[in-house]
Amino acid sequence: MNPLWLTHYTATSSIGRGLDQTLSALQGLRSGLNPCRFDTVDLETFIGEVAGLDEVRLPSHLSEYDCRNNRLAWLGLLQDGFEQAVRDAIKKYGRHRIGVFIGTSTSGILQTELAYRRRDSETGALPDDFIYRTTHNTYSVADFVRRHFEFSGPSAAISSACSSSAKVFGSARRMMEAGLIDAAVVGGVDSLCLTTLYGFNSLELLSKEPCRPYDARRNGLSIGEAAAFALLEKSPQDEDDIMLLGIGESSDAYHMSSPHPEGLGAKIAMQDALRMANLQPSDIDYINLHGTATPSNDAAEGIAVQALFGKDTPCSSTKGATGHTLGAAGGMEAAISALALKHSLMPAGLNTKQIDPALQLDYLLENRERKIHRVLSNSFGFGGTNCSLIFGRSA
Amino acid sequence: MKLVAYIEGIGLLGPGLAGWHASEAILCASSPYQAQKTVLPSPSSLPPAERRRSGALVKLALAVGLEAIETARLNPADLPSVFSSSGADGENCHAICEMLATSDRQISPTRFHNSVHNTAAGYWGIATGSMKNSSVLCAFDASLCAGLLEAVTQVVVDNTRTVMLACDTQYPEPLFRSRPIPDAFGIALVLSPERSAQAIAEISIELTEDKADSMDGQLEALRVAIPAARGLPMLQAIAMRQNGRVVLDYLDATRLSIDISFP
Repeated sequence: MNPLWLTHYTATSSIGRGLDQTLSALQGLRSGLNPCRFDTVDLETFIGEVAGLDEVRLPSHLSEYDCRNNRLAWLGLLQDGFEQAVRDAIKKYGRHRIGVFIGTSTSGILQTELAYRRRDSETGALPDDFIYRTTHNTYSVADFVRRHFEFSGPSAAISSACSSSAKVFGSARRMMEAGLIDAAVVGGVDSLCLTTLYGFNSLELLSKEPCRPYDARRNGLSIGEAAAFALLEKSPQDEDDIMLLGIGESSDAYHMSSPHPEGLGAKIAMQDALRMANLQPSDIDYINLHGTATPSNDAAEGIAVQALFGKDTPCSSTKGATGHTLGAAGGMEAAISALALKHSLMPAGLNTKQIDPALQLDYLLENRERKIHRVLSNSFGFGGTNCSLIFGRSA
Repeated sequence: MKLVAYIEGIGLLGPGLAGWHASEAILCASSPYQAQKTVLPSPSSLPPAERRRSGALVKLALAVGLEAIETARLNPADLPSVFSSSGADGENCHAICEMLATSDRQISPTRFHNSVHNTAAGYWGIATGSMKNSSVLCAFDASLCAGLLEAVTQVVVDNTRTVMLACDTQYPEPLFRSRPIPDAFGIALVLSPERSAQAIAEISIELTEDKADSMDGQLEALRVAIPAARGLPMLQAIAMRQNGRVVLDYLDATRLSIDISFP
């Protein structure tokens, strides 16, 4: 592929608002996971909650979009001068030449969960203040971004569970290469809700402690929430801008909620990303793993990574810090990958004490500082959807 | 910038429209449209366990997707796919929200994995064995054109055949009142970058601000009521085998212009 440049990007999660706080948390080995006190949830688990979302107010002309997910999106857009960078891009390209592709798995479903508690006792009707289109619907977060910037180009929410906001890069690349648009705002926004907390609990995939990816005694994931955005352009704005070099997308065709046991789909995605980038496995300096800390995910991914890269490529999952931010994970970890390249930091996988001896990998338990040139980031999801991204630095 | 692709297969299922071949005469107005509830076939391509767990969206997607691929005489395992839906499995979503509003919140694993927007794509992979890329999108009422654009850019940029599916199902009450989709409706297209022997039509797509085409009578009511039915004017033009241009509703003032020609 022709490389695309992340001319601006930003990330907000439980480890920080914006890139400075995120980097500082990674450097200081700080996790954002805490015991779950969310809403009325009575589960013994840890979550990565973004503080202060209840106080966030959307711009008044977009108040019908008010829900936790769009508040998180708005908080995210306000960090790192990202909003201004998009406005500059609009001046450069025009509102019709910029696409919007936002990944989310549950969008504003929390709003509907809460509305179902307030149904009319006689008719069963939802309360009058409930607005399906602008809160519940999967598209609402992409629509919120689109309307805020008054874009008139192509737009969609990408919703393939936990690969959603990695796959936004794939959709944006195709639109840009086809010549439909000159630039794209891509990202991922997913927020806490009862569906995912009780849903993962039903699958017995929630850990009772902060998640420990790739640990021999890993016992499930910790759910987090995040908003991450990137502005993709066809040429760099600064000489040290991070490049998107390759994307691999595949399907497991195996099971709805378990990965292929040998990580076959994951392996195809990584191979395709390498092929698109015209790189060999040995060209990758660091792998940001999907690493959810469920027994089956890490086993399948570990096998696939080892089969392709051997056991010497440094790798880690940053979900011990952020939690699994589901539909936002691909975007969040794209931002972490970009920070890793820019600041020569391969972040440690937090909470992991003893690396699973069955997974023979150079899994980082300490931060490693060294100039790196190319990072591969994995995102896999329910329904057997896989996406691998390769980022690089030009200088 | 025009994007060109060749349609090699079409699938269609909706109220009074029981398959593409069965519906061509209705779309040409040579036989009358008769409103009838959508009949979803049992998904025989799924293993028994998955068949039991599949909801309306999965049944609809398998029916229209496989009809399109059979017409094109291709193997579904070889094809990437694009799934667009304005709201995924409405029945399942209601059941989860209802349960989460009670004191017993133990939703079942099947309910949970059927709640993801890509549930149809997941079952599709299991049914067809395709390990290729599958893109899953939502753009509310613009979902069909969002899926069509994604599919056509795959065809043009990645130089591959692909199958595109736009499928919508209903919500039960109380969500129905907020999102009144009257029935299940799906369209599938197999698209190819090259003109082959099985090509049905050539389409050339660009963005436009021109007014979207409407239809007559009950078909227009369907087109307006169900997001996936926004593609009906294109299928009508194909059924009538007339070279020409249709404009489909997409986002607000942004619409899709499609030049259609026949080999």
